Amino acid sequence: MSKNMKELPGTPLSGKELKSEKVITFKWRPNAKYAWSAGIAYGRFLDELKAGRIIGRRCSRCERIIVPPRMFCEHCFVATDEWVYVKDTGTINTFSLSYLDADANRIKDPILVAVIDIDGASPGVGILHLLGNVAPDKIDVGMKVKAVWKPPEEREGSVTDILFWEPLED
Amino acid sequence: MFEAAVKAYVDAGVNARKDIGSFLTAAEDYWEGYSIFDEFVPDQLGAVLRSVCTIGGDGLLAISNGAMQIETGLFDVVAVEAHSKASDMLTFDGILSHALDPVYNRAFNAHPYFIAGLEMQRYLHATKTTREQCASVVVKNKHNAMDNPLAAFPADMTVDEIINSTMVSHPLTQRDISPLADGCIVMVLASEKKAKELADHPIWLKGLGWYSDTPWLEARDWSAAGYTNLARDRAYKRAGIKNPRKEIDFAEVDDCFSYKELQHLEALQICESGKAGKLAEAGEFNCDGSFPVNVSGGRLGAGNLLEASALQSVLECVQQLRGHAGKRQIKNAKTAVAQSWRSVPTASGCVAVLSNEL
Ligand SMILES: [Zn+2]
Repeated sequence: MSKNMKELPGTPLSGKELKSEKVITFKWRPNAKYAWSAGIAYGRFLDELKAGRIIGRRCSRCERIIVPPRMFCEHCFVATDEWVYVKDTGTINTFSLSYLDADANRIKDPILVAVIDIDGASPGVGILHLLGNVAPDKIDVGMKVKAVWKPPEEREGSVTDILFWEPLED
Repeated sequence: MFEAAVKAYVDAGVNARKDIGSFLTAAEDYWEGYSIFDEFVPDQLGAVLRSVCTIGGDGLLAISNGAMQIETGLFDVVAVEAHSKASDMLTFDGILSHALDPVYNRAFNAHPYFIAGLEMQRYLHATKTTREQCASVVVKNKHNAMDNPLAAFPADMTVDEIINSTMVSHPLTQRDISPLADGCIVMVLASEKKAKELADHPIWLKGLGWYSDTPWLEARDWSAAGYTNLARDRAYKRAGIKNPRKEIDFAEVDDCFSYKELQHLEALQICESGKAGKLAEAGEFNCDGSFPVNVSGGRLGAGNLLEASALQSVLECVQQLRGHAGKRQIKNAKTAVAQSWRSVPTASGCVAVLSNEL
């Protein structure tokens, strides 16, 4: 507020007054629904998850193995060349402990989110997933982890066919 | 998008990762179902770690912005992309309703095509155009689409079939409306100097214009396309067009709804106001008529590609002007006009004049 202004112009309104409908408002819930087709690369990737395997694509120009797979290499801008199975083990590239859920509700036990560089894929290439069976204060960058899969009969061709990644015991 | 981009870059003789300075995409978050959709664009265009921006408008607006970026001297070559993945939308109608003014226009619970019904009614009244004349546009464009292998909705229909199809919002019937289709179009723009180096068949952008009328349904000119009148003036002035009917050889115009083709042709001064219907009925706008319109099939025959529809029009002009249009080639075409509209509920559109002569 400027020095010369003694009070704010307008009519003050509290959140309570707004909710009490003393103020005219218009409510609207959009009817916006979508269904995305998975396409060739994601389709195969999800199918393979159902079978308990992780698959990537190799770019013969830069030699990268890309997971999750893509039909083109975004760096070389050429079509990728072949399917390559990679391991279900990897290394934590980065992680975070989320104390808010997707709707911003505060949660007691944090959601353990991590980017995991997959063994067999190129360095710096990995998947975004969850960590589990680990105390939050024990997680660190560089930690080796292994996928914990859903039982085969419960898998449905989704990234959640892997429940989470747990520390890999040597 | 990747495949369209590869085709465009091969055609232009450019390497995406080295030669293209800037990438523009015309997209609208609600069509995609993502917030901040811009961020999903770079990879498929070869634009990772390059200059990228999104235009919240149709593909011709993106071309206009791309052309301006070149005119600043900052870039020699830019790529422009627009696409439709309409098949991903389960509730297109709900998403379109979401575009209406929430306070004044959503309460009546009518499908947003009522706006096209209102406009068609007033246009027919003001110009004495008939529903049959509008239907003849559908017959023509669906017929034209048969010679376009990329068109999604070719058909041989009669005026009666169109008039008697299911009524949507009187006087607009189901067949007066262009059906949605999926597609992606990528184009490469270059400065004059660079285009001469790169291309065997460069097509020159001679003039561009883009305008918006008020969004207010309560105070809009319902009988004429005011946005096109102004965009036309700007584009024709830059292109030096004084007598459009004589100096332009053919047009690709927005025909999202049948009557819009007629209204837009009048706005482009291809004929006098109120005469387009009669000329359409007489076959003057057919492929073999005196002034071919929507030889590609337009939205009605090739499909409504949302923000990419505008690029579909430009693409047809480019192919025709290059002499690469195959079975539907117009003979001796030198200059074309492409015109776009963002469909209901908007009153926004662009005009581009293109030529195969500099
Ligand atoms: Zn590569």
